[in-house]
Amino acid sequence: MDMPTPNPAILAKKPRLVERLLNVLPNDAVIHLEAETRAYECDALTAYRCPPMVAVLPSTTQEVSDILRICHEMGVPVVPRGSGTSLAGGALPTADCVILGVARMNAVLETDYENRFVRVQSGRTNLSVTGAVQENDFFYAPDPSSQLACAIAGNIAMNSGGAHCLKYGVTTNNLMGVTMVLMDGTVVEIGGAHLDAPGLDLLGVICGSEGQLGVVTEATLRILRKPEGARPVLMGFDSNEVAGECVSDIIKAGVLPVAIEFMDRPCIRATEAFAKAGYPDCEALLIVEVEGSDAEIDEQLEKIVAIARRHNPVELRESKSADESARIWLGRKSAFGAMGQINDYMCLDGTIPVSQLPYVLRRIGEMSREYGLDVGNVFHAGDGNMHPLILFDANKPGDLELCEAFGADILRLCVEVGGCLTGEHGVGIEKRDLMVNQFAPDDLDIQMAVKDVFDPQWLLNPAKVFPLAASEARRAA
Amino acid sequence: MITPQSEAELAEVIAATKEPLRIIGGGTRSVVPMGNATLLSASGLSGITLHEPGSLTLVAQAGTPLEQIDAALAAEGQRLPFEPMDHRGLLGTSGTPTIGGVVAANVSGPRRIQVGAARDFLLGVRFVDGAGRILKNGGRVMKNVTGYDLVKLMAGSRGRLGVLSEVAFKVLPLPEVSVTLVLKGLNDAAAVTAMSQALASPFEVTGAAHWPGQGTFLRIEGFAGSVTYRAAQLREMLGGEIEEGAQRWAEIRDVAPFHAGKGDIWRISVKPTDAPGIVARAGAEAVLYDWGGGLIWLRMAPGIDLRARIAPFQGHATLVRADASTLAKFPLEQPETESLATLSAGLRAKFDPRGIFATETDPLRAAAS
Repeated sequence: MDMPTPNPAILAKKPRLVERLLNVLPNDAVIHLEAETRAYECDALTAYRCPPMVAVLPSTTQEVSDILRICHEMGVPVVPRGSGTSLAGGALPTADCVILGVARMNAVLETDYENRFVRVQSGRTNLSVTGAVQENDFFYAPDPSSQLACAIAGNIAMNSGGAHCLKYGVTTNNLMGVTMVLMDGTVVEIGGAHLDAPGLDLLGVICGSEGQLGVVTEATLRILRKPEGARPVLMGFDSNEVAGECVSDIIKAGVLPVAIEFMDRPCIRATEAFAKAGYPDCEALLIVEVEGSDAEIDEQLEKIVAIARRHNPVELRESKSADESARIWLGRKSAFGAMGQINDYMCLDGTIPVSQLPYVLRRIGEMSREYGLDVGNVFHAGDGNMHPLILFDANKPGDLELCEAFGADILRLCVEVGGCLTGEHGVGIEKRDLMVNQFAPDDLDIQMAVKDVFDPQWLLNPAKVFPLAASEARRAA
Repeated sequence: MITPQSEAELAEVIAATKEPLRIIGGGTRSVVPMGNATLLSASGLSGITLHEPGSLTLVAQAGTPLEQIDAALAAEGQRLPFEPMDHRGLLGTSGTPTIGGVVAANVSGPRRIQVGAARDFLLGVRFVDGAGRILKNGGRVMKNVTGYDLVKLMAGSRGRLGVLSEVAFKVLPLPEVSVTLVLKGLNDAAAVTAMSQALASPFEVTGAAHWPGQGTFLRIEGFAGSVTYRAAQLREMLGGEIEEGAQRWAEIRDVAPFHAGKGDIWRISVKPTDAPGIVARAGAEAVLYDWGGGLIWLRMAPGIDLRARIAPFQGHATLVRADASTLAKFPLEQPETESLATLSAGLRAKFDPRGIFATETDPLRAAAS
């Protein structure tokens, strides 16, 4: 994965830049010694690393504005960073950039149960947003797997999803407003505690713009009352096709589960060896969870189980208690860890129409044999969001490149069958060069034109999302 | 009126035009009269392209009549969840509402409070920009973060940025049963409090409206057993009577109490608990609250500057119906702050570099047409 060559003229500005940043920030908020900037050299896409020129840790919107104004005046690129959990390299620095980390901005500013929103600083972690309202039985719905660590800022940048999106939507459906700083230091307020926008839906285009349009410092988030309860049913099938049909039939029957999770045989076996959750040894396994009171859950599970029986499951285990629920979820929640025990892995998140599930799984199996790399599939089946985990050995020369080539083939397949490159992780650098498979040049041009409006000099996270060749003229201007 | 029969023809028309065009679908949601503007109708682009019930997905050409989409979905036990309002009764328009019009105006009804707006269910768009380029964004899958989300930007853009040619939606199952809990005798403030309590309960209320003089209405939908349980729980919490059937919600959705009679109609989006205070300041002739109080419909005597009367307030007020002299005085949409207006104008210049999309939200252009 190429990154632009650092600009020597920008590197030469470092002493003056540090001096100016220290004028507007406390000493401990400006990190510029080489030994210390290394802490920011990568995000969760650890295969790529590069320490930034400087890292800054502002505590207020005003400080963010000062930082951006200075960098704008000096022509220095800025890479915003939440908690650095991006799997796509969204927060990967270049050697000539400033990393702007929002981690110190983690306060809850306003909690309003009557109007059902919470306003937080953007460095607050996803799970701690729920943590701030759970004593009143409320929660914040988007729940990416990294929710213990990931920041709301990053969630907004990547429009993060999670396991419960089928019912509750993704970040953009739960985001009501932001305070955002533009690259020139201008602070803008968009949306708030009311619904919808007058004029153009700027909030809609900011969410998912991967830190390229502005730095979000505060967010108004919709909070929901917790359901009375939730319980899953586990079902095993002897083919992926049948499991896929079962998913489709459940959805067609009018039941809207809060989650439908799918695991294939390689993943079931790895998980079972690791977590011993008592999963059946079968081709495909579904975990379907529904919410409500006990009686409501029974009503829905009864319908789901009746549908599952028509597909001759090899196993059908309906949870009757919190203990049983925990056991059913244990394997699914350990799946990534289990695969990680076997080898290094790369996790993709292409999305496909649910109807294409069996075909895509079959093709991934064939490609796995062609490439000689094992792959396990565990994913959100209700919304077609795949998560193939490709196993490789990072210490074996050439294995990473082989794995990336295999991953690219899977993502191209997702696009071919009517899906997309990324359902919730974002493009970052990882899928940047595959964008030409999903978009025609004009489709990319109109997106880049949006960045031209918000950040005319292309200083914010400039080497991400768009193929470098496509964005080159704009970055050089 | 120009009515292209294909996306390619649409692109040719736009690329070749030398004069401003006003885009319409079925023409049922126009607030500003058409005047002498050259109309570009999307109604020639019609038909459902794809409906996969098992994937909860529907794709249709932008000019497809809404009733055709509703019928196709209902045949599979599904619907557009955001409950788009029909503007014909309120605006006195005739014609056939189209799915493209729903998207262009981001039209949502009472269920918006629980499930989200039209923009939240829109998965993908194809459109032609002001340079005549055919563009696409999003797709047909439910989770998609590939590149910028121009799908949201196009929803509610009211023809400022391009002409929609195809739209893709996430749809949801129709409920087995729908009932309404009716509370009587609450004043506005007490009604908003009751609606807030209901919406903050775990009982998934899918509509919360207050119609002064008629009552306060809370809708519960789902499987029969579940609806019975939830309605009983809510009733225990708030009192009231349970009413079967859904006719009431079509009236609330379409603001039926304001159809007859004259006067300006305003629509205000606010934080629900701010609503009663704003209504008190507005001095309206009639009021209807939806979205738990977050959406206020007002009927005012003609020509009053409502925004000035209720200022300062957090939210936005939209003029939905008025006579020519009022329309000439006030912008349809709440003016944005200067920095947001600059961003919006910048986007418009990128999507429509020649300034050929003469939208009704632009007072100068509308007046010129």
